[in-house]
Amino acid sequence: MVENRPWLSFLTHLVLIAGVVVVVFPVYLAFIASTHGSGDFMRGLVPLLPGPHMLENYGRMLTQGISTAGAPPVSIMLMNSTIIAIIIAVGKIAISLLSAYAIVFFKFPFRLLAFWIIFITLMLPVEVRIIPTFAVVANLGLLNSYVGLTLPLIASATATFLFRQFFLTVPDELMEAARVDGAGPMKFFRDILLPLSRTNIAALFVILFIYGWVQYLWPLLVTTDSKYYTVVMGIKRLAATADSEPLWNLVMASVILAMLPPVLVVIFMQRLFVKGLVDTEK
Amino acid sequence: MQTKRTIFPNKFLPYALLAPQLAVTLVFFIWPAAQAVKSSFEREDPFGFRTTFIWFENYTRLFSEPGYLNSLTKTGIFAVSVTLLSMSLSLLLAVAVNRVIKSNRAYTTLLVWPYAVAPVVVGILWWFMFNPTIGIAPYLLRGLGISWNHRVDGNQAMILVVIAASWKQISYNFLFFVAGLQSVPQSLNEAAAIDGAGPFKRFWTIVFPLLSPTTFFLLIVNINYAMFDTFGLIDATTNGGPNQATNILVYKVYADGFLGLNIGSSAAQSVVLMLIVIALTAIQFRFIERRVQY
Repeated sequence: MVENRPWLSFLTHLVLIAGVVVVVFPVYLAFIASTHGSGDFMRGLVPLLPGPHMLENYGRMLTQGISTAGAPPVSIMLMNSTIIAIIIAVGKIAISLLSAYAIVFFKFPFRLLAFWIIFITLMLPVEVRIIPTFAVVANLGLLNSYVGLTLPLIASATATFLFRQFFLTVPDELMEAARVDGAGPMKFFRDILLPLSRTNIAALFVILFIYGWVQYLWPLLVTTDSKYYTVVMGIKRLAATADSEPLWNLVMASVILAMLPPVLVVIFMQRLFVKGLVDTEK
Repeated sequence: MQTKRTIFPNKFLPYALLAPQLAVTLVFFIWPAAQAVKSSFEREDPFGFRTTFIWFENYTRLFSEPGYLNSLTKTGIFAVSVTLLSMSLSLLLAVAVNRVIKSNRAYTTLLVWPYAVAPVVVGILWWFMFNPTIGIAPYLLRGLGISWNHRVDGNQAMILVVIAASWKQISYNFLFFVAGLQSVPQSLNEAAAIDGAGPFKRFWTIVFPLLSPTTFFLLIVNINYAMFDTFGLIDATTNGGPNQATNILVYKVYADGFLGLNIGSSAAQSVVLMLIVIALTAIQFRFIERRVQY
């Protein structure tokens, strides 16, 4: 702070508090709605204070779901989302570590070509090649399976670049010393490079876990069996029926449940999250 | 391209290491993209027995179709509004957080978590707030004499999706602006203060120009976000309606291809989208290379 200006400080806090209110309010409203009975929405306005039905609503969604809306219990969907987010994060990190290692520590024909093929994935998000990708997955018989849900999303240019960037900063002497001591390439990778990359891996895991959790279009296309629904896409199905039947309390209970895991990850691993976010964009 | 001074001599190992990444990329990225390009030049007969090569007919038809031109316009309006709204709010908040000392971390935590909320969930949250029958926003707006119904009024639907999409992106922009602000040398600010420049003048003449690399980077990222990551949000709030008012390109390519089963047109739309991403990525990378030198 350069100089003391009480008015400006007051204004600063006012801006920040207003910002926090804007950011929190939609979620607060959803939480409030999730604590009421379904009858409370008939009167024409959403209540603004918590109601008494919280445990009942959450319990019902977790254990039963709403069968008329084709929505399985939220606990199953939460489990699916967790499995998928973890497979995607771990898979992306594993294959990116390996390919970055190959690109940085070896010289071989077509190295540049390999690099560019990986780079191109940046320019081909699922949204722009929906139908042919769906056709490939369908032809391979991977619809309604964890493999079909995760494998097509597992290639990662950003993760590969991040590890490449990091590997380039590892001193050459480290590798020379390892070779003098008789370590082969895989031993060097496992015993020296991996431990050095620990923080990067952790930061990237946080970002990629969130990435996997919030996937919507892809699960929507490849799952028709409710056993494989993820919570993010399941909610959409719920919400679509909530317009005709007043099930707002139940829909909002599942919305809160769907938001909670990744949001908690961000709040409790804020350091790693910020590092991961800033690093992957470099 | 850079490698190490010393490298491992193995001949086959690097290929084995690259194999998983390349296999996934070729099967699920390159091959489908090539298919999209191929079928954008073809017409399939209604029963799928025969395909004929028709050069650019899908494209010429696409660009003479009022629905597609409308979608292009809507995408432009949407992307620009989201970018401006979200970036200006985030900059304001980032500057504010940069001024406070003690409560800095608490405010940051309270502002960044929407990053982890899925776009479709964001859509549902705002859809609930603006629900014409029970939502709180229409109730308040009625008090101001505005009747809100985004199911009928296209402009209101656009306002709704812009607000929702901007809300989600605030956290991301905020973090990058805070990082940018922290790299502005404090000595410049102090020197200007001694010369008698007030806080607002200092911001516009010193801090904001020095922030321009961050601002430009975020500009590209936000346009990219608004164009490609908002599918779920549109799907949860307006379904592209009413009357195509919020039918942005990513939503249209899905609706035409999956729901309308118009393969040729959808493939041509995919290719147009790919060109847009390629252009955005190229701009972003050129700029980043410049920043490294700077």
